[in-house]
Amino acid sequence: MEAYLGVSLIMFFAGVYGFLSRKSLLMILISIELMLNAADINFVVFNRYLYPGQMEGFFFALFTIAIAACETAVAIAIIINIYRNLTSVEVGELDEMKE
Amino acid sequence: MQYTLLILLLPLLSFIVLGLVDSKWKPKVAGTIGTVVLTIITVLSYFTAFEYFTTARLDGVYQKIIPFHMEWLRFTEYLHIDLGILLDPISVMMLVVITTISLMVNIYSLGYMKNEKGFERYYAFLSLFTFSMLGLVVATNIFQMYIFWELVGVSSYLLIGFYYTKPSAVAAAKKAFIVTRFADLGFLIGILILSFYTKTFDFGILTSANPAVFSGFAGVTFLRFSALSWAMALIFIGGAGKSAMFPLQIWLPDAMEGPTPVSALIHAATMVVAGVFLVARLFPIYVDYTPHVLHGIAYVGAFTSLFAAAIACVQTDIKRVLAFSTISQIGFMMVSLGVSGNGGHEGLGYMASMFHLFNHAMFKGLLFLGAGSLIHAVHSNEMSHMGGLRKYMPVTHITFLIACLAIAGIPPFSGFFSKDEIMAACYEFSPYMGAFMTFTAGLTAFYMFRLYYGIFWGKEHKHEHTPHESPFAMAFPLVFLATITVFAGFIPFGHFVTSDRANYDIELDNMVAGISVLVALIFIALATFMYRKESDIPKKLAKSFSGLYKAASRRFYIDEVYIFITKKIVFNSISRPLAWFDRNVIDATMNGFASSTQWTSQKIKGVQSGQVQQYAYVFLLGTLLITALILFI
Repeated sequence: MEAYLGVSLIMFFAGVYGFLSRKSLLMILISIELMLNAADINFVVFNRYLYPGQMEGFFFALFTIAIAACETAVAIAIIINIYRNLTSVEVGELDEMKE
Repeated sequence: MQYTLLILLLPLLSFIVLGLVDSKWKPKVAGTIGTVVLTIITVLSYFTAFEYFTTARLDGVYQKIIPFHMEWLRFTEYLHIDLGILLDPISVMMLVVITTISLMVNIYSLGYMKNEKGFERYYAFLSLFTFSMLGLVVATNIFQMYIFWELVGVSSYLLIGFYYTKPSAVAAAKKAFIVTRFADLGFLIGILILSFYTKTFDFGILTSANPAVFSGFAGVTFLRFSALSWAMALIFIGGAGKSAMFPLQIWLPDAMEGPTPVSALIHAATMVVAGVFLVARLFPIYVDYTPHVLHGIAYVGAFTSLFAAAIACVQTDIKRVLAFSTISQIGFMMVSLGVSGNGGHEGLGYMASMFHLFNHAMFKGLLFLGAGSLIHAVHSNEMSHMGGLRKYMPVTHITFLIACLAIAGIPPFSGFFSKDEIMAACYEFSPYMGAFMTFTAGLTAFYMFRLYYGIFWGKEHKHEHTPHESPFAMAFPLVFLATITVFAGFIPFGHFVTSDRANYDIELDNMVAGISVLVALIFIALATFMYRKESDIPKKLAKSFSGLYKAASRRFYIDEVYIFITKKIVFNSISRPLAWFDRNVIDATMNGFASSTQWTSQKIKGVQSGQVQQYAYVFLLGTLLITALILFI
């Protein structure tokens, strides 16, 4: 069990690091996916070891995957629009709304 | 008699229409609309009067009719403000007076104000004034009266300041508004005291002669006078402000800065008698419960009439002379109300006052319109720029002479009859009062004929172009009002308007009438002797009484006293410290709040950088911090 959790922990903080350090919106999106997947692994692992024979955790994982897919589609659509308007997907330049 | 509502609504409608779409139409259209609307409501008013006075009396008195009534604002069971129309002899009489004078002024203005800038605006304001004045006289309750009272003040302000590019007109408008507004403060407090104890605004209940209404006042006193006396005295202060009684008369002479027809309508015939009307409306309370206040009104009126008459004797601006004469005549009406009792022969003064109000509106309107006609011809207000005009302006001359004879109290013109009744009432009150008012009436005759001779006789002044008679639109109202002035005296007024609404037959008191006519004739003869031909008697007299002459021509320095009190005392000792406190304490505190908020926000502005990753970083740190707190504490 600890080994599985170790994997998800590494994935999650890799995602956090990526979210904070990457400049490209696409890379940030991938980092978010990493964090979501780490959470999925946690669901499955806890279900498997703490409540064997029950299915809630697995279904939660499946729902999360579906929602993550939707979220990615929306995010990519937004990124494409940003690119059309600014010809750039650098996150540091997206401070138009500040004022 | 539901149609009386139209008398109010039509002028309001005409004001809104003329006020909103004025610039799109030709001036003539606006003038025509105003005049046509006025003609309609004049006819309606005459019809109302006819129907009202031909309806049979009940128990010998005219009934009060309320054809329209609605609750406008309801706050509590007792505190509700109603709007309605109350028809009783005085309000019906006022309807006739107001619409007649207003119609004449509308027609007259078609000629007088022709080619004037803002012609449509002028007609819109005239409509507003007519609406407010009519609303005032038909008010069913004292609060509705107060609302229209203020509306009348506003329209007066707007019309005095009609030539708004002239600084003196603007100053006069402000002065009129502030002085009357100051007096209205007294009126409002009076209304509040009165309605607080009686729990009603309604005239019907207040004047019902039912002592139970005033039972709330029992035992309430302030500075040795009962609360009811205070309320009635304060209400009279409001009336004194509008009617230019001493010492609130200072605004009326300056109000002559407005166009002359406006002076005729507002500042001679209708609005300035609102105070008299107010006292007449509340007369049952004054006479039954606070007779000492009523006597006070009589003394104020008597003093004002003499005071104004004395000033009128030395003014040289013809409109100013007429303005002071108006103040003096309103003083007569107040005296007459003040000395009156209630009912039958006792109520003679009340009837005389209303009669004089009616006649005065007609002949003073005529005098002002005549003055307008003169000003139109010679382009000046100064008496010295006139003289010898009788040859050039026959219509104006004859009508002006009729009005002068009427105001001087020469039979058979209307002023004689009403003034004679006033004198009779005064003599019954006390011989001193009668003698005092007879002397004032004599002065009236003197200054009116001084004016008359100064304008139409005397040395001819060199004019830029020969003065000409006024156009038909201006001459017609003169002739119309002169006709009324000649015949109005024979109206059996006592059959229509009396203090108890019952019938009263006027009997001429030959003794009183003889004395007052004699005095008037003596003073006219004196004026003829002094001013008919050019002579140096007036100058000699002025020199020998130089102190009095100078004081009178400066209006006995009342304006200076006011300026001294407001500028030196009120401004310096009250307004300035208050302004300092406001600026340095209240405003400064508020500014302190604002500037400290601004300072803080400037400092923390940098946090909102627009960098998503920065936000996420802070968010992460925060999460970690909270986790650590949960774990270790």
